[in-house]
Amino acid sequence: MRFDNVGLRYGIGPEILRDLDFSIHSHSFQFLTGPSGSGKTTLLKLILQTLKPTRGRVTLFGQSIAGISKAEMAHLRRRVGIVFQDFRLLDHLTTYENVALPLVVQGREEVSYRSEVIELLRWVGLGDRMHVPPVILSGGEKQRAAIARALIVQPALLLADEPPGNVDPSLARRLLRLFIELNRTGTAVVLATHDLQLMDLVDARRLVLAEGHLHIYD
Amino acid sequence: MRGGWCSPRGTCISMTEAATPSETEAPDLPAAARQPDFKARLMRRLSLDLFSSRSELASILPARSIAGRALVLVIVIMTFLAGLTAGAVHLIADASSDWSRSIAREVTIQIRPVPGRDIEADVKTAADLARRVRGVDAVRIFDRQEGEKLLEPWLGTGLDLSELPVPRLVVMKFASGDAPDFAALKAEMAERLPNAGLDDHRLWLGRLKVMANTLVLIGFVILALVLVATGLAVAFATRGAMAGTAHIIDVLHLVGAEDAYIAREFQRHFLRLGLKGGLIGGLLAVVFYLVISISSGQFALNPGSEQIEALFGRFSLPLGGYASVLAIGLVISAVTAIVSRATVYRTLSGSE
Repeated sequence: MRFDNVGLRYGIGPEILRDLDFSIHSHSFQFLTGPSGSGKTTLLKLILQTLKPTRGRVTLFGQSIAGISKAEMAHLRRRVGIVFQDFRLLDHLTTYENVALPLVVQGREEVSYRSEVIELLRWVGLGDRMHVPPVILSGGEKQRAAIARALIVQPALLLADEPPGNVDPSLARRLLRLFIELNRTGTAVVLATHDLQLMDLVDARRLVLAEGHLHIYD
Repeated sequence: MRGGWCSPRGTCISMTEAATPSETEAPDLPAAARQPDFKARLMRRLSLDLFSSRSELASILPARSIAGRALVLVIVIMTFLAGLTAGAVHLIADASSDWSRSIAREVTIQIRPVPGRDIEADVKTAADLARRVRGVDAVRIFDRQEGEKLLEPWLGTGLDLSELPVPRLVVMKFASGDAPDFAALKAEMAERLPNAGLDDHRLWLGRLKVMANTLVLIGFVILALVLVATGLAVAFATRGAMAGTAHIIDVLHLVGAEDAYIAREFQRHFLRLGLKGGLIGGLLAVVFYLVISISSGQFALNPGSEQIEALFGRFSLPLGGYASVLAIGLVISAVTAIVSRATVYRTLSGSE
């Protein structure tokens, strides 16, 4: 994924993100950090194309997304896993159904992914919670369900927005380990966090957002 | 959270080194669990467990968050009204057809009393001429009392009509509805009965047909209006549902759903509501006509109902009528599904 001279402004206001020039290489691991309100989530939205840049060029999986059709964008998103800060689990579905959702929208038959989803849910410690709706899950359980939903498609790129932000330090470390393990399997990971202690645990590239600019520390 | 996870594509990630016993929150898979045969057996067991408790995914759209009940009620009412209209159209069309058939089988010779002519002889001559017409099945002479009785609905009873020049009637009945050739009869009547006229009810029949066709047309217009109103109600309901499920649509897009998938989900959801409402509304209309049919049969001896029955028949729908009432429910369900899909497409393409 590559950003070339990308900028974003809302309406006629000032640019809130300026001159973004960076790449996310396959198999890479990086933290995206910066103070609260610096635009970490906004940058993730630009990567996901839920926000359109007001200037510059974004390339995703070698394909420029300028003028890309909605159907093509949907197919590109299937290669991206996203863990939202607020989880965004669907409350009317069970945990199992939430995790299976990316496979469902791809039109896969349940029989083809059932065991895969169950195994993943057991692995993230939600084996006995798979048939309950997210509303009765704890914060940590919701977090793990959201991560499982992002992992189920074996994404080429994983975007995680403050995933350790809602859990205790111990679980945060285990989640970090999970992302590192996922990275070892070939998935590029962008982990947005402002937890410096967590970042110090891993020697990884840091993308630091400050005052609309991105500073890269390899 | 320990153990590891392998996708069927062969990629595995392990967490064993990251977890401590106190952190264990899920059953740890033993080393043997990574052996394909063990895993396959385990998955089979788990799959069976899952099958027994839940075999299908729930709908992507939450049924309760969408004003489903209100929409079902609207569809029930619309289908019921459309069903009533369709049944009425059937009744009118059938009655019109019956009128046409029965009238086409009857032709009347009307003999006017004229001074200097023996009307009884003229009636007899007319009956003789009528019997000679090819295809005639029966000839009936209305005597004076019967003729006067026909005037009672307009003039009242108890009047002495002997001074009035009441025409006499000779009615010919034909077995089939094919109109015979009356040219020879007319020629003979012109020669022998100058005070007689032949009435094959064409004018009356034409007016009846126009009236019946107008009523049928009005019925179709009402049906079209009901369908349009249903479509509009569904479009509004779909937009409301989309607004209420914007967060779900957002998540679906982010996990890679195409607009077509989302539109299909909405269509499926609204088709279900449409079928439910259409079925209930259609059945209510069927029950309505069954009750009316039974009731009209019980009150058939009433003098007033006799006249209505003479005009409109027995208020009894044929099987085809019931089928069309139920078909209306299916049509409304289809309209519901199509409109919701189109609305979702239009809204999603407009949101880009």
